[in-house]
Amino acid sequence: MFAYLKQPDARETVTIEFEGRALAVREGDTVAAALLASGVDIFRSTPVSESPRGPWCMMGGCFDCLLEIDGVPNRQGCQITVSEGMTVIRQQGARRISP
Amino acid sequence: MRTIPLAIIGAGPAGMAAAATAARYGLKPVLFDEQPAPGGQIYRALESTPLRRPELLGEDYWHGKSLVQALRDGAIDYRPGHTVWQLNRDGEVGLLAGDRAELIRAERIVLATGAQERPFPIPGWTLPGVMGAGAAQVLLKTSGVAAQAPLVLAGSGPLLYLVAAQYSRAGAAVAAILETTPRENFRHAAGHIGGAVKGWRYLRKGLSLLKELKRAGIRHEHQVTELHAEGNGRLQHVRWRTAARPDVWQQCDATTLLLHHGVVPNVQMTRALGGEHDWSEAQLCWCPRRDSLGRSDIEGFFIAGDGGGIGGAKSAALQGELAALAALASLDLLDDVALHRETAPRHRALASELAIRPFLDALYRPGDRWRRPADEVIVCRCEEVSAGEVRRVAKLGCSGPNQMKSFTRCGMGPCQGRLCGLTVSEILAEETGQSIEQTGYYRLRPPFKPITLGQMASAADGTDYGQRQQQGSTAVVTEKASS
Amino acid sequence: MKPRALVVGGGLHGACAAMHLASSGFDVTVIEKQYAGRHASGVNAGGVRRLGRHPAEIPLAVAALERWQRLEALIGDNGGFHACGQIKVAENVDEMTALEARAAQVRELGFDHEILLSRAELRRRVPAIASHCVGALACDGDGAADPYRTLTAWRRRSQRKGARWLEGVRVTNIETIRSEGWRLWTDHSDFRCLEGDWLINCAGGWAGELSQWLGERVELEPRALMMTITERISPFLVPVIGAAGRALSFKQRENGTVMIGGGLFGSIDTDGESSKVNFRRLAKNIESALALFPFMRETKIIRNWTGIEGVTIDGLPVLGNSARYDRLIHSFGYSAHGFQLSAITGEIVRDLACEREPKLPITPFAIQRFDTPRSTARAGHAT
Repeated sequence: MFAYLKQPDARETVTIEFEGRALAVREGDTVAAALLASGVDIFRSTPVSESPRGPWCMMGGCFDCLLEIDGVPNRQGCQITVSEGMTVIRQQGARRISP
Repeated sequence: MRTIPLAIIGAGPAGMAAAATAARYGLKPVLFDEQPAPGGQIYRALESTPLRRPELLGEDYWHGKSLVQALRDGAIDYRPGHTVWQLNRDGEVGLLAGDRAELIRAERIVLATGAQERPFPIPGWTLPGVMGAGAAQVLLKTSGVAAQAPLVLAGSGPLLYLVAAQYSRAGAAVAAILETTPRENFRHAAGHIGGAVKGWRYLRKGLSLLKELKRAGIRHEHQVTELHAEGNGRLQHVRWRTAARPDVWQQCDATTLLLHHGVVPNVQMTRALGGEHDWSEAQLCWCPRRDSLGRSDIEGFFIAGDGGGIGGAKSAALQGELAALAALASLDLLDDVALHRETAPRHRALASELAIRPFLDALYRPGDRWRRPADEVIVCRCEEVSAGEVRRVAKLGCSGPNQMKSFTRCGMGPCQGRLCGLTVSEILAEETGQSIEQTGYYRLRPPFKPITLGQMASAADGTDYGQRQQQGSTAVVTEKASS
Repeated sequence: MKPRALVVGGGLHGACAAMHLASSGFDVTVIEKQYAGRHASGVNAGGVRRLGRHPAEIPLAVAALERWQRLEALIGDNGGFHACGQIKVAENVDEMTALEARAAQVRELGFDHEILLSRAELRRRVPAIASHCVGALACDGDGAADPYRTLTAWRRRSQRKGARWLEGVRVTNIETIRSEGWRLWTDHSDFRCLEGDWLINCAGGWAGELSQWLGERVELEPRALMMTITERISPFLVPVIGAAGRALSFKQRENGTVMIGGGLFGSIDTDGESSKVNFRRLAKNIESALALFPFMRETKIIRNWTGIEGVTIDGLPVLGNSARYDRLIHSFGYSAHGFQLSAITGEIVRDLACEREPKLPITPFAIQRFDTPRSTARAGHAT
């Protein structure tokens, strides 16, 4: 579990929605950092065995922090910056698509 | 296709120093970097970190300030948020910025793509809560985010101690450091003590970090021989055994386990370009071939920094300067006399920076068991392929990583072998009795980073860099259908 | 003493020939300059397709499919073959008219495997297809398999039957021995010189070069097939999709990844041994895929790669006896559609080597069709 060393004050935060829950997170953070700081450790389940995963490298190399962000699946949480009103859900297994 | 004279890929110390050097000679280089802000991993978020107390991240971190500032004076065309997804020997560079893919050409390219953490496959390393120590550093630097107790660090190497020290300075509790350095490493490292004495500043820093950890009262276990991360759906505890008490499994609750076995060159691009790579037995990694000026064996390509072999931030910056000078000379912007005048002092400085490396490499060399794990351990995190599966196909007569890929999908997930490549080469070499050079590495394929079909299609229109127009689907000439 | 066969080229057609020759009492050596399946044989799109074949290839393709259906019994593994069907889509009325003419032509030749699909039937079979598509030609019973797995199965079975595989051994010259046999020179110190009674040219992208050494003219170029594979997505497609008006082969594999190929070529490196993707051309291929499956715009590409293949000027393979030498058999130039045929070509090579008339018509594939004044022979001049 992770947390901010010093909780950012309201002027520094934006609100994102994770799995239907509103989270106040530090502006400028990556989605992965913001979720970890909010106590989220499971980001996705794998397409092979559906086992749970969280971030491993935080530098864009491992693809373990994949999330569905603003309706687009399989995005790297550690490479995308949070923005006000962003909606994020866990990536469950293989990405869903709707033909 | 637009052609630029000099592209630099990666805005860490090597790339930033290369850009500054080229700019000093009046050439405006284009510096492409995937991250939104400069610094690479070592100086990451230097301009924006919420941890402004200098002593918290340490003086080595703030050393990057001048390099970062140089990017802001307009002499360098610095392009953050640009992912390079393709490169070829003709100098074609595939870029992705936002949702737009494009192809440009560069006459000279400096690859400054840095290092990544060595894979650290242990039972349970895929559980949420188990991360690389480097990841914890990124969180700390960019966001002021730290792991909460109970936290365990395991592995070896200076970064492990640095993270522990930074955490303890920030008031975050570290439950234990589980040191995996085998006993024989101390004996082997002693053989390189001469270099360590030359690099006494690094040695002193390391010793003072250890002292700091001791003062902070952090439990420090030595010669850990086995390590398991365990938990139901997420990390709950860590179990280990040590050489001193080989019969006793010890256990500690943990919600975060940070693993570290040093860093290795990021060879995704040099491999995809088909450059020669040599196995470094000292650093246990592949190093792309380059000369003392960073010239690779591919014409027009230069390699600077840890992407060519691990030397640390200061030597990376020196190598960046050298590579830029070599690139300038190859563009006839610098004559031989000036080249020699500029490079000689940098070569001396580099030699002194690197003096301690053999000592560090020997001391922090991960033992065999950590690099070639037991059968049940997952080696390919993406496709969830175990070490046993790799051994099984080796016995079927599969002698190299590329053939194995076809059998098992190992290395074929989105990380493209970044987290299993070294492990697989080492396991296959052991199983087949071949040398690791004979065994080889994955043949890497573009795109280096996943790019969407829509983005790829956007590269089809062939309009010039920066002059793209919206365009519908283009008629396609029918060629003979394939199988 | 057993007759000795030297098979040059460790791709699918070489492996299949080696298996059948070894089973029929030949002492077989396969010589492969890199490793088995290094190029197009290991990395093609894996289409098992009778649909849309050149009329000359239809009898072979029909016979090959019969082998695919019992591949497990033949070589101990089914190569991952799934009879998921193949469908070639028409995007407008003109294309549909062309498909109708094609269906009529195939029927006239006495085959009934290609059937027309109405717009409604196409949408029933492929709900994800773009709405503008008007109909299709389909071939039930066709499908797809795993190239590398298939190749490995043929190779292993050939080895069990006694074939010897030399990988990493490059043939550097060929000479005849008193017009009764062959001597191959290689770059490998352990196998400097190999001798045999029969020479089988299965050298794929390099077969043209080999033929040239032997003074046999072929119009063949090595080309680099380009492939794209995407991330895993949830299942949406069963059959393999092609298009009447586009170069495209598109299918979702069992693991959810989508493979996009389609006869667009990349570039071969100057060393001739490796090749790379031409992204401008590839982007066109992707546009084609998106035209048929526009919802995939956000799907990510995981890998692109290329495999070298020999493509003849008329797109037909070279399969048959040499026009110039006894005991030389060619089997190459499958021109990016030889995967399916690999299940049968080895039997034909075996029949030729046993000096029997093959059961299938192969005259259209004779090397003589390229005949013009002969180029200079290198055969007989060892270096």
